Order: sequence, then C-alpha cells, then structure tokens
Amino acid sequence: MTTTNLGMPTRVRLTPAPPEGALIDSPPFPQAAIRELGKDTQRANLRHATHTIRTKRQRVVAELDHWQDLRSAGEAVKNRVARHLDTWLVQLEENLTRAGSTVHWARDAEEANRIIIDLIRATGSDEVVKVKSMATQEIDLNEALEGAGIAAWETDLAELIVQLGHDRPSHILVPAIHRNRTEVRDIFLEEMGRYGTPPPEGLDDDPGRLANAARTHLRDKFLRARVAVSGANFAVAETGSLVVVESEGNGRMCLTLPQTLISVVGIEKVVPTFADLEVFLQLLPRSSTAERMNPYTTIWTGPTPGDGTQDVHVVLVDNGRTRALADPSGRAALRCIRCSACLNICPVFEKVGGHAYGSVYPGPIGAILNPQLRGVESAVDRSLPFASTLCGACDDVCPVKIPISDILVQQRHRIVEAKKAEAGRKPHLESVLMKGGGWLMGDARRLALMQRAANVFGLVGGRAIGHIGNWPVPGLSRWLRARNVPMPPTASFRAQFDKTSDKTRGGQR
Amino acid sequence: MSTARDEILGRIRTALRDVTETDPARDVPVAWQYGRATDIADVLGLFVERVEDYRAVVERVPVADVPEAVVRHLRDTGATTVVLPVGIEAAWRAAVEASGLEVLSDEPALSHDELNRVDAVVTAAAVGIAETGTFVLDHRPDQGRRALTLVPDRHVCVVRADQVVTDVPEAVGRLAASVAEGLPLTWVSGPSATSDIELNRVEGVHGPRTLHVLVAV
Ligand code: SF4
Repeated sequence: MTTTNLGMPTRVRLTPAPPEGALIDSPPFPQAAIRELGKDTQRANLRHATHTIRTKRQRVVAELDHWQDLRSAGEAVKNRVARHLDTWLVQLEENLTRAGSTVHWARDAEEANRIIIDLIRATGSDEVVKVKSMATQEIDLNEALEGAGIAAWETDLAELIVQLGHDRPSHILVPAIHRNRTEVRDIFLEEMGRYGTPPPEGLDDDPGRLANAARTHLRDKFLRARVAVSGANFAVAETGSLVVVESEGNGRMCLTLPQTLISVVGIEKVVPTFADLEVFLQLLPRSSTAERMNPYTTIWTGPTPGDGTQDVHVVLVDNGRTRALADPSGRAALRCIRCSACLNICPVFEKVGGHAYGSVYPGPIGAILNPQLRGVESAVDRSLPFASTLCGACDDVCPVKIPISDILVQQRHRIVEAKKAEAGRKPHLESVLMKGGGWLMGDARRLALMQRAANVFGLVGGRAIGHIGNWPVPGLSRWLRARNVPMPPTASFRAQFDKTSDKTRGGQR
Repeated sequence: MSTARDEILGRIRTALRDVTETDPARDVPVAWQYGRATDIADVLGLFVERVEDYRAVVERVPVADVPEAVVRHLRDTGATTVVLPVGIEAAWRAAVEASGLEVLSDEPALSHDELNRVDAVVTAAAVGIAETGTFVLDHRPDQGRRALTLVPDRHVCVVRADQVVTDVPEAVGRLAASVAEGLPLTWVSGPSATSDIELNRVEGVHGPRTLHVLVAV
C-alpha cells in the first residue's frame, strides 16, 4: 500500500488543501515571528483571546484551596507513568484487549498512518469523521488519508474553521484562536457549501449562529459516518479505558454513531489507575477552558454491545516520545496534558501566535517538546528553545508542574553543543554568547532579575535603552532584535504576574 | 525483524536505564489521598447552583412529583416527540405516555435518522457532582445507550438526591464499579458548548442544546 500519490496534480482533492509545505521545513522562529508580527488582526485576536482566558483561569483555579496539592499529585502520577512506562503500556494493552479493543503499535508517524489507512480501507469507507486530536495532527494523518483517497472531516468547531480556511492550527486547544468571528463567518460563507451542507442565508458573525451553522453542516456527516478517528486525553492501564474530554459533543458523535472507532494515542497518555482520573479531571478543565468541568467527557472501555462503536481500535504511537524519555531532565515534558495554559499565559505566544513555532505544538510546551520529539536537525527546532523570555509564567500555571523555563535553558545548551559538534561549521554566535552568559542563562531566576533591572533602567534611562532588543541577552537577543519591542516602562510581565496571581502559584521557583 | 511493539518497549527500557527502582509506587510516591469528600455544607444546594451556572434549567422536586415535573419540563422545552430509555421508571413513563406527547421506544433501536427527528429524551443518571455541576451517565437501562442522550436536542435528566456527591474524587470512586462492568460513562456539565470563537463560551453545538435537570429529593 502507498500514500505517495499525495500532491499529484491529477487528483481532485476531497478536503480543503492546507498551506503548502511541511511544518518541519518552517523558517526558524525569529524569521517566522517577524512574519507573524506583521499580521495586525491576528495580534488583536490573540491578545483578546489570551487575556479573556487568563482571567477566567485565574478565577476558577482560585476556587480550589488544594490546587497546589492537585498539581503535585498530577506531577507525581505522571512521573510514575514516565519512569515505568513499559509496565503501564503492557498493562494497558492487556486490559484494552480484555475489554475487546484491538491494539496496534506504531514506531513513527508513517507507521501509524499506514495502520490507520489499512483499518479504514478494511471497512470499505472512503471518509472518516475526526475528533480533535493532537496526535493525529502530529502524524499529519489528514494529508496521509487524503493521499489514500479517504476524506477526513474535522468536527471540532475550531478545527473545522482551520480546515475550511485552508489554514493550520495555531493553538493546541483552540486551533483557530488567531481568527475572529468575522473571519470565521467569511470562511464559512466561502467554503462550507463546497464540502457539504452550506451555511444559512445571510449568516452573520454572532458566535452562537456560527456554532449553529457548524452544527447543521456536520450533522449529515455524523449521521452517515461509518468510521471515526479520535485521540485520547488519558488511557487507563488498570481498566483499559480511554478518555476524551471535550465541549461541543462532536467527540460524543464520533465516539458513538459510527461502527468503527480508531483512537490514536501517544504512549505517554497512559495513567495507571481509574482513580488517577480524579486528579486529572480536576486539573485539565480548569487549566484549559477555565471551567469547573468541560461540558462532555466520555470514558469507554472497549465496545459495549448495542451502544456506540462496535469495532474499537487503539493505535499506540511513539513518534519521538521514547527519544524524549531518554533525557532524564527533559523527560518532564512528557507529563504535558495539553491544557494550553502555558500558551495562554505566554507573553511571546500572545504576540506572535502559534504559526511562528513551525509545529503542531506551539508556545512554551512546543518550545521544549518539539526539539525532544523531532530532534534538533531542522532550523526551526534549533530555534524553538530560544523563543522565550524565560519569564517563568508558564512554569507557574502548568497543572503538572513542568519546569518549562529550566528545560528551555537545558535545550539551549544542547543546541549550542550540537552546533559546535558539527564539522566544518564556524562556532555559532550563540555558543560564544552562551559561554559568557552562562551564569545568566543557568537559572530562570537570574534572567528575571535581569529583566526587572532592565525595567528600572527603562524608567531611568529613557530612550537610551528603551528597547529590550538592545539587551545583550544571549540567544534571546537575536529574535528580540527582530521584534524591537518597546521596553515596558514600569513593570515586566513577570512582575505583574507575581503581583496578581499569588493564589495560583507554586511559589517554588 | 522485531515488531513495533517490541521495539517501542525496548526503546523505553533503554531510555529508562537510569531508573533502578522497579516498584513504581516506591520509586515515585504520590502524596494524594484518593477518594476524599470535599467539605461542602449544602451539597444539593451547591449542585443546583453549579448546574444552573452552565445555563441549564434546574428544579428540586419531591420524589412523588417527579412524573408530573418530567412532563412539565418536556413541555417547557417545546418538545412534541420524546424517546424513553427501555428501563426508565414506570411512573415517569406512564406520566409521559398519558401527557399526549408522542413517545418513541428504543426497542428495537431507532436508526440515526429516526433519532435525529426526535425532539427530546428523558433519563435517570448515575452520579451528580456538586462542586462541578456535573451529572454522569453510566448508560444502564434507565439512561439508555449513548446516542439517546446525544442526538435529540433536548435532555431532561432526573438525578436522585442520594446520587449527588461532593466532588470529582467521590464520583470517580462511585463510578469504578460501572467501569469494571465495562459500561461507558458520559460526564455532562451543562448543555453542549464551545469556546472556539474568541475563547468565549457559547451554548449549543452538537449535543443537546437544552438541558433540564430535576433533582429528586
Ligand atoms: S506544558 Fe503544562 S501548561 Fe503547557 S499545555 Fe502542557 S500541561 Fe498545559
């Protein structure tokens, strides 16, 4: 079997074409950031959305007195998972199988896609409905399916906006966060009718009516679909259950109405026991959509006779996760539950948006995860650990306490070393700077001090050092120069954050 | 050639060479007391308040009045056709059947299209969670298969007072038995909603857009 007819000019596409080119070939972050900074509407949209969600998250997290205990529990459980991953996976496989699910293993994206295509072909179906899933984006499943003559329909509202908009996701939770309601309306009016039920006449940009248009558009697809593809937020080793956390009910439609369900699950998604869900079902909704609970969570344990999908498959995917696991200090990144709190709080993400990161995982988590999953061979992966001001806001909001800033600093060292090791290459500017500035980069706290000092100078020095871009901060200076950001006159983001968020903070910086 | 499974497990074992303690619990202690109730003075009161927060309609009803209340709430939603799960309480069924609403049975199972033409569904629940305003279905016969509470646009759900627990940990504890039986779970917190446009929550996408919760006391 083959997926190589992708991109052949003779084939009429089944689904809207995404932008040309592969993400891994994206330009390095500084260049991409300049490109993205030029998009004024996007910057306004991002600012609005991230500020909305920050306030809400803060409020809903402050409701729980034991939030810090929950975070520590989440951290510990996930460490227990990572440090004994083989044990849990063997157990998971056994219990999935016992429950009637069929388990497949995939070393990489290509193998995963091949397994999925074969499973779909065996059903005779030439289309699938999809629940939003980072794993399937990571393996670029939709394009592999398109190449195999299978149409993949995204059913999450934001994914639908991205798909119909010939666009790429820019956020792990709200992939269309860079779009505002008017843009969404325009995309729907332009594209929806080409791929199914058209939007109602005279559709305006009221979010409720836009959601309604998506409901009508997708209803036919749900009712006729014979195969669904999902991810999973958690996979319970003890019981062989999978968990999908969602809002709209598109997940429930996909998990319930078709005959066949194929769930693509990264191997780090396993949790040991059903009881462990009490920790994550508290941490995740409050950190992601800033709700006490998301509207819908489905937990299924194999097929249930007479209820929902009857042919249930689980594809366990490595695709670089074991590479990340092999680094004892970077391993913590595998704790990530993809809540997106670190993106929403990040002052860099807020300015440049997700497309600048050249990966399906943008923002702070992307900056540490991509180089671990994909290695540091590509220009974009080499640049990602430098896509941060090390302000530490992400460390404080992360529900599983991933020390993102510390890992960023380690990654920077790694990249500098990798560059040094390459024969025939002049030492990179960064490696020189890293030597001199090692003391500064060694600890996020020192950089925070530096930034505060910068702010003070900003106050007293006026125009002379009025731009952060002038600061000789190793590695960081390159892209900051690209931005030439005016120095915040009174308080850095981090200082602001320290003042306003005591209740939610770990306090163990 | 080794299988993908063996190779991945092998890679993991190689990656974890630094981990020498083989007992996961001893290697990484988890300082968390599982299954603990949260200290809440008025559990039912909070449940009602939190479900209402999601813009669901909530009413406390004495057990004896539930059949009448089910019919009243069905009418409030504007439904004219309603599907009842096979195992629903006989008294609720009798009241709905006597009400003049058109009642469909799911035995034999309705097709997707038939279900899509039904206005409403009435079900019981398995667990209610006060802190989060959630009810959980484990899809026993008084709740019906998952599609019943998904495709129709209006859902009237009756939660018994003794099913309402304080918080997520207690709920997970109660639901363990259902999962051990292999039952699927659906956790519902308000009507279907999305935050996908500008990160503002708007109600009403694919699941039931109108949700009424009766708390039988
Ligand atoms: S790194 Fe932490 S904050 Fe960021 S998405 Fe993952 S879990 Fe959430």
